[in-house]
Amino acid sequence: MSATKMYLLSVHMVEGQEPPSEETMQTMYADVDRFNQKLQADGAWVFAGGLLPADVATVVRTQPDGKVITTDGPFAETKEHLGGFWVVRAADLDAALALAAAGSKACQGPVEVRPFQDMPEQ
Amino acid sequence: MDRMDSMDRVDGVDDPSRDDERRAARRETEQVFREEYGRCVAALIRFLGDIDLAEEAVQEAFTVALEQWPLRGLPPKPGAWITTTARNRAVDRLRREASRHDRHRQAQRLLDATTATPEERAAEEGPVSDDRLRLLFTCCHPALAPAAQVALTLRLLGGLETAEIARAFLVPEATMAQRLVRAKRKIKEAGIPYRVPREAELPDRLKGVLDTVYLVFNEGWTASAGETLVREDLCAEALRLARVLVELMPDEPEAVGLLALLLLTHARRAARLRADGTLVLLTDQDRALWDRAEITEGQALVRACLRRGSPGPYQIQAAVNAAHSDDSLDERQRWEQVLALYDLQLRLAPTPVVALNRAVALAEVSGPEAGLAAIDALREPLSAYQPLHAARADLLRRLARDAEAASEYRAALELTANETERTFLEGRLAELG
Repeated sequence: MSATKMYLLSVHMVEGQEPPSEETMQTMYADVDRFNQKLQADGAWVFAGGLLPADVATVVRTQPDGKVITTDGPFAETKEHLGGFWVVRAADLDAALALAAAGSKACQGPVEVRPFQDMPEQ
Repeated sequence: MDRMDSMDRVDGVDDPSRDDERRAARRETEQVFREEYGRCVAALIRFLGDIDLAEEAVQEAFTVALEQWPLRGLPPKPGAWITTTARNRAVDRLRREASRHDRHRQAQRLLDATTATPEERAAEEGPVSDDRLRLLFTCCHPALAPAAQVALTLRLLGGLETAEIARAFLVPEATMAQRLVRAKRKIKEAGIPYRVPREAELPDRLKGVLDTVYLVFNEGWTASAGETLVREDLCAEALRLARVLVELMPDEPEAVGLLALLLLTHARRAARLRADGTLVLLTDQDRALWDRAEITEGQALVRACLRRGSPGPYQIQAAVNAAHSDDSLDERQRWEQVLALYDLQLRLAPTPVVALNRAVALAEVSGPEAGLAAIDALREPLSAYQPLHAARADLLRRLARDAEAASEYRAALELTANETERTFLEGRLAELG
């Protein structure tokens, strides 16, 4: 009967930042993998994934007249782009923050915690 | 019942002694409001699962109280009366509005709450069952900005009006209202839990709560901007909150330390300003003006918490103030004790601010030269910290290095927004010629 909420845990990449060494990358992959397995074992896992760099993104926009415009590049003109994310279920913000702390340790970067809108009741 | 009310009212109009009674009852009601508001709101939040609804219900109950108590006198347990009345009003309202979708969940929650087994309730309430503690931890959750934590704590636990909080922090009322709305929305939407943190998280989270109460006191003690130095209402509210914390968590030495620190600091309020509103330094204060009762209570608390043998920053800070107010020691002995305490704190928490405090004590024990050398080592990390410049200016002045002292007073002035402090520093600067 414990109600849960869904949270997006997102990891941002800063453009032009020195990429980590191969060794660091390997540790990171292994740690994230272990974290993912724990999320699944604990029933917190909804979905997760890492993204390719934002410069391969494409934006599709429907205009008021119904015409579709396709443009190259990411939507936002910023240096920080979404690099990967987890969608998790947690009892409350404290539980989500604890997951984010473990995720941040695994991916060696800051993690933003953002609640999803409540789903309409079935 | 209604007829009784109106009869009483008619009786009272022609009877001046009844008017006095009513005024007294009104004052008592206001007193109850100050003392019980936080406890009532905290209980209603748990019951209703919604901060706004809880505030509305409690305010409604106090409105009823203001109508009834002056006529009938205070009930035996005013706080319990308010909580029960607020609860009944909230349930009535939710019943009336149960068909509306946004109230549906609250109605369901009420139903759940009333049908929960004692075991389910115990599991939900955890080891500490006073709702004010839950509310304090929710208001001081690290996911909320510090300014929002302070505002929420004053609003929900202190019962201060939004306008009062806005005045205390010198921001427009609309800004403060928005800050409160945003914080309450975040609690609700991000799912900040309404509970006392578990054992493992408690030390960190308790520190957050203590820091918020300290921030409230400090804002009252040295208003960060504006013409008056002290806002007594904020100091009083911080003292009240610190007392609540000690009452609810008597085994937390840092909570006791915070209360002792606030009491020992607050005890000096009458000696801190001259009649013309200018600042008097600790060493120049008339000790006869200090509040003996607060000092005695604070010193007893310091002894009690230090005996537990787990010192922390608030306990040490309290012990420093206890040493300053110890009449069995002479000036030099006091400073020696203070220096030893800062040495201890520096070992526990080696921060530049602690090192600065230690340097000031060192100057009193070993002379301004030694103090200045210690402060000089901190100039870089604390270049934007007003007390560093004020302390350095004072030592340079005592060493008759007037030109350097003047430039240091000017640096301190640039970082001072409070009028009383400005006047003090400008006075010292003028004396240098």
